[in-house]
Amino acid sequence: MIRVVLPQALRTLAKVDGEVQLDVEGPVTRRSILDALEARYPMLNGAIRDHETRKRRPLVRFFACEEDLTHDPDDAPLPEAVATGKEPFLIIGAIAGG
Amino acid sequence: MTTIRVLAGTRKGAFILTSDGKRNKWSVSGPHFAGWEIYHLKGSPADPDRIYASQTSDWFGQIIQRSGDGGKTWEQPASPNGQGGQDQSASAPGEPADGPASPKAESNKFVYDTSEKTGRPLTTHQWYDGTQHPWEFKRVWHLEPSLDDPDTVYAGVEDAALFRSTDGGKSWHELAGLRGHESGPLWQPGAGGMCLHTILLDRGNPDRIFTAISAAGSFRSEDAGRTWQPINRGLSSQYIPDPTAEVGHCVHCIAMHASRPNVLYMQKHWDVMRSDDGGNSWHEVSGDLPSDFGFPIGVHAHEPETIYVVPIKSDSEHYPPEGKLRVYRSRTGGNEWESLTKGLPQKDCYVNVLRDAMSVDALDPCGIYFGTTGGQVYGSADGGDSWKPIVRDLPAVLSVEAQILS
Repeated sequence: MIRVVLPQALRTLAKVDGEVQLDVEGPVTRRSILDALEARYPMLNGAIRDHETRKRRPLVRFFACEEDLTHDPDDAPLPEAVATGKEPFLIIGAIAGG
Repeated sequence: MTTIRVLAGTRKGAFILTSDGKRNKWSVSGPHFAGWEIYHLKGSPADPDRIYASQTSDWFGQIIQRSGDGGKTWEQPASPNGQGGQDQSASAPGEPADGPASPKAESNKFVYDTSEKTGRPLTTHQWYDGTQHPWEFKRVWHLEPSLDDPDTVYAGVEDAALFRSTDGGKSWHELAGLRGHESGPLWQPGAGGMCLHTILLDRGNPDRIFTAISAAGSFRSEDAGRTWQPINRGLSSQYIPDPTAEVGHCVHCIAMHASRPNVLYMQKHWDVMRSDDGGNSWHEVSGDLPSDFGFPIGVHAHEPETIYVVPIKSDSEHYPPEGKLRVYRSRTGGNEWESLTKGLPQKDCYVNVLRDAMSVDALDPCGIYFGTTGGQVYGSADGGDSWKPIVRDLPAVLSVEAQILS
């Protein structure tokens, strides 16, 4: 079970409280987590990745295990602690604008 | 019993202000969509409880919200708890109900038309450095519901384009002939971005639509949005190389009275303008205004020659001259203006009033409302003679729309 922490704005949008738990098939990567997240919460389509290009929105970042994984490839394996559910995968609204 | 509902979009959510026909005591609900920028909300003239809202964020993009009960509850038209999808009402938080395949938030998807068939839309426009730049969708600035069909609504977006939904906001399709106009490569963003912010529908002629774009100018369609022509003759703008060019003007807002669709009023970056021939030509009616810079312009509900502006000191200050917040009214369709100050702060006031932040109601006497970047929404129940703050401490107000409910 993968644990995902959404920023407050997206928790409101998805109508969830606290962490989201997801089953992810195959290798646990950023792409597979986001695919599973958007399949379960379709209202998040376009809010994290662009509707068409599927690229990360510029002010969204991805952290896990005290590392900034934002610029890692979409299909890079995530840390084992994320894959086992020991640590959450954090989706962050970047601090911008003061 | 008559009820007035004023829809206020702000930098940090939407607020709904409600009063009876006396317009003296108001209740405030909100924030709806707390923390999100609400660029515009507007109700359908055909079904006032059907309200569309543009919820947007630099971080998380564009969301279209729709209410069917006057703003008490909201839904994303094409998401699971919207029509045609799953019902989450019985689900625990974090556990959406199983149900039919989800339509993937199509209601939030604004994709520029690139097909040859529907208008050969251009792919680039003028950028700040003079190069050509690809069109990139950023947000919906303005939602204009159809005059007679609650499920049809137009959206003016940044980068400038016009979209239409005919299924209650579930899906959007570009009216690509506007962006595909041959002048498209000359359009350029103003300081606020390259936005289509004004959409006027002609009650007497459903095929006729007016739009305005910063900084391109105003445009008219006579065939329901398929083809467009610039209507900027008579405008003069010193900030473009050819001040009287066909396009490139920073039009801030256009207004018209439903009974006289050939008479248009415009607040331009500088200059208040008027057209008596549906935009074919314009002439200046700034007259004795203390500043002819401003953003909104409004028309009295029952007096087509009575118009309202809020002069702002600029180019860069963007606050009222002398720190006095004054609405100016002309009862002669321009040129002769009177300042309306009763109830408005007349010292130390340095707020702005943005282009979509003024609206009128159709009661008699006509009500007028405007919101400020300081978070006040002011209302007048006597055509502008006197004003009261309905609410004073909202986030910066982006848009104001008044509705009458019987």
